[in-house]
Amino acid sequence: MGDYWSDAENMVQPGKIKVPYTWQAGEMASHYFTRLRDEKKILGKHCPKCDKVLAPPRKNCPFCTVPTDEWVELSGQGTVDTFTVVRKGNAIQPMKAPFVYALIRLDGADTGFLHMLGEVDPEAVKEGMRVEAVFAEERIGSPRDIAYFKPIG
Amino acid sequence: MGKRAAIIGTGQTYCKSIRRDVNGQELINEAVTRALQDAELTIDDIDGVVIGNMDHFEGINYVDCWSIDGSGGYMKPTMKLCTGGTTGTTLGIGGYHMVASGMFDKLLVIGWEKNSESDTTGAIVTATDPILDRGVMAGALAGLAIEASEYAAAYGATSKDAARVSVRDRKHACNNPYAHLRKEVTIEEVLSSPVISDPLRLLDMCPRTDGACAVIYANEDVAEKLCPQPAWVVGTSNRHCYSRFADIKGQTGMLSLTTAAKELWAKTGVKEPLKEIDVMEMYQPYSWGGLIWFEDMGFCKKGEGPKYIWDGVTDMGGECPVNPSGGVISTNPIGATGLIRCAEIAGQIMGKAGDRQVPDVELALATGFGGCFWSDMILYSKNKPA
Amino acid sequence: MDRVAIVGIGQTKIEASKERQNYPEMVYEAVKLALEDAGVGMDEVDNVVTTSNDFWDGRTISCMPVGGVSGAFDKNISGVEGDGTFGAFYATCRTLSGSYGSTLVTAHGKGSESRSIAPMITNAAFDPVLARSLGLDMTTACALQARKYMQRYGITEEECAQVSVKNHGNALDNPNAQSPMKITVEDVMKSEKIAEPLKALDVSPISDGACCLILANEERAKKFRTKPVWLKGVSFCADAFQLGDRDLSECKPLEQAAAKAYRMAGITDPRKEIDVAEICDAFTYQELMWTEGLGFCKKGEGGKLVTSGATAKDGDIPVNPSGGLLSGHVAIAAGMYRMIEAVRQIRGEAGGMQVKEGVKTALAHGVNGLCGQSHCVWILGSE
Repeated sequence: MGDYWSDAENMVQPGKIKVPYTWQAGEMASHYFTRLRDEKKILGKHCPKCDKVLAPPRKNCPFCTVPTDEWVELSGQGTVDTFTVVRKGNAIQPMKAPFVYALIRLDGADTGFLHMLGEVDPEAVKEGMRVEAVFAEERIGSPRDIAYFKPIG
Repeated sequence: MGKRAAIIGTGQTYCKSIRRDVNGQELINEAVTRALQDAELTIDDIDGVVIGNMDHFEGINYVDCWSIDGSGGYMKPTMKLCTGGTTGTTLGIGGYHMVASGMFDKLLVIGWEKNSESDTTGAIVTATDPILDRGVMAGALAGLAIEASEYAAAYGATSKDAARVSVRDRKHACNNPYAHLRKEVTIEEVLSSPVISDPLRLLDMCPRTDGACAVIYANEDVAEKLCPQPAWVVGTSNRHCYSRFADIKGQTGMLSLTTAAKELWAKTGVKEPLKEIDVMEMYQPYSWGGLIWFEDMGFCKKGEGPKYIWDGVTDMGGECPVNPSGGVISTNPIGATGLIRCAEIAGQIMGKAGDRQVPDVELALATGFGGCFWSDMILYSKNKPA
Repeated sequence: MDRVAIVGIGQTKIEASKERQNYPEMVYEAVKLALEDAGVGMDEVDNVVTTSNDFWDGRTISCMPVGGVSGAFDKNISGVEGDGTFGAFYATCRTLSGSYGSTLVTAHGKGSESRSIAPMITNAAFDPVLARSLGLDMTTACALQARKYMQRYGITEEECAQVSVKNHGNALDNPNAQSPMKITVEDVMKSEKIAEPLKALDVSPISDGACCLILANEERAKKFRTKPVWLKGVSFCADAFQLGDRDLSECKPLEQAAAKAYRMAGITDPRKEIDVAEICDAFTYQELMWTEGLGFCKKGEGGKLVTSGATAKDGDIPVNPSGGLLSGHVAIAAGMYRMIEAVRQIRGEAGGMQVKEGVKTALAHGVNGLCGQSHCVWILGSE
């Protein structure tokens, strides 16, 4: 029989998937992003069952599944819970390496807020560092309306 | 040796082309909340969550993990099933096997889709083999157009015969508050709607919909305690006999459905489907399917479908109403579509189908179809199987 | 409840790039090997389950091309999206539901086809509206988890590095592993920094491979020529989704899944009663976290566990004698490969990887989602 593959060229063909998406934020998240874009305000939402304030807000509590009720205005200040310094970057990241991703416990919220740190020396970042949201000049109603969080005194 | 199992509660969202008011997780949560209410249970009573949709339609990876916010799966076993268009019935079958095995007693099963979030054709085209098929394939319709052409050539059925199926389903949908399209159409309107892929016209086809559906499966250890009239699963069968679209090579019907039906009737003892089945929710994404697949499943002889349709056998009030909900031609949130068939049948058996209720339902059938010629069938009964 | 056994196993070698096969062909190879192993043809298989992922395969309905090669032409078939351990769970349910006596389940991944855009594939796991534009992927997300876990318990990078040394070294005895290597802690510490504290040798590769299991209920297992390996316990569990909703230094869903699986198997002291464990070490720190979550040691002592040698091949709780994911990571199939290695140990067929004679109880583990959001734990036994 023989191995007929041994003479064959292993072809590799390039390809691309192109599917454009338009994701609906829904009424709840639209309100959140509108306030973020127009007023530079970060909002959380309260769960009447477990009493947690969720930031980013959710229409129903992920832990209790019940609908959340009150909106809670947050100051935009918080504490670094954990972080990583990205040393080897890739094309989908909004900043060039080295830069810092962090989970931030916003004052008044009970969940971690995922974002980046800026105006900071990556070597100086520590858990417990106090930080504050810095808003982008041009805001469109998206997570990157916050440009990054910077250390405060 | 396996427990008997049933659907004990269902929930659906109101379906529209675009549900702008909610994101995907919120849509899921709507269906989940309604299903729990219907079964008079809370999320704490649920042992596990199984969910399904077609990934590329929303562009979200690991949906079983992502959907926790809306599905109620926090700190529960959670898993995703997906088989393309048949995802909903795959879920209906999967839910059954998981509780029948005794691994779960009460299982929440969710199907959902937010078709408005993507370019459907762009997303579907990635189903084709990138080396051998993709360059010449165009979306989900071509395979169906070929099937319709072959069938018409073999048996002389016409576009008018197919149009009568659309008229039936769109009329039925007017009784269904959850349906997407709730306006009747006439034969003339169908025949004058734009041709999409000859002989298929726009009004022969299903829409794209945003919607979600959830059902709760329970096994016999708890089903009767929790539900006055469970919708018992008598049997399931399915087939997927095609790897590539060209595999349909000159068939005048759906091979996978024909073989799945033979297996289902043999294992459940159904000898004359038309006589014994009281109502059917057929996954019929295009009008011709209402002729061809009705025959393929053995409800009548090959080529005789049109006669039964014109005689009103499958209309409300007929011997075997098909798609009292309005079917897929009226509502099609793909990941949910097959599960809606199961939920509608469960509603028929439980007597909760409102204006679309068929009287005296004892035995009822839900079917699933997928664009890769995948066929699912589930037979439900009012009576606990022996 | 009736009992279920694994009566056939098949796997391809794990490689960086299998240019000679497309992914259905890899699955076909694994299925053929499993049928040969079991000594049966497809007529002895009652139904089929496939496990795949549309993003990793770049195919909508990624299960579509693998049905035929899995022998499902005239059989009932279904598809799971998620790790192979979850696919195997559904296959188990179908074997116990009364409809089928035997089930064949496959899992595959061809990471080489998307290696350059792998960050996009795992970035797609993030919510499109709330988080995707931040550009995180599995690696940067796990870096956040690694940092939190290590800070909380004082785990060092050197302790994590020891996992890499152990597993790459174990792979030298695994003819199917992609990257067996003799390395030192210093090699790991000097490897390229990706996202602190993760360095290149802390991170598993993205590989090509496919594998297959054949399951049968107790009565049917008699028709297969292999010594059956019995399912003693299985459970799975998922945490909250958003990274900020979780305490990343905890793995409560793993603890819950393990507790349920142990209860089913009648295990009260996992460290003593489990002879070998194959777990998903996508990153070095995860092996430490998961050994704690599985109860092999106290919380925070995963580092001490590995440096003590307890998890070495000749230790009292060997972990990943196959080399684990660090030595070859097929996305989606990873957990099923772990199950196959566990089966080999129980059968006494693990060759150079065999931890001892007479392995009675083995643990296999799989994960799905970001940072181990969802875990599946399998306890397999010789009787």
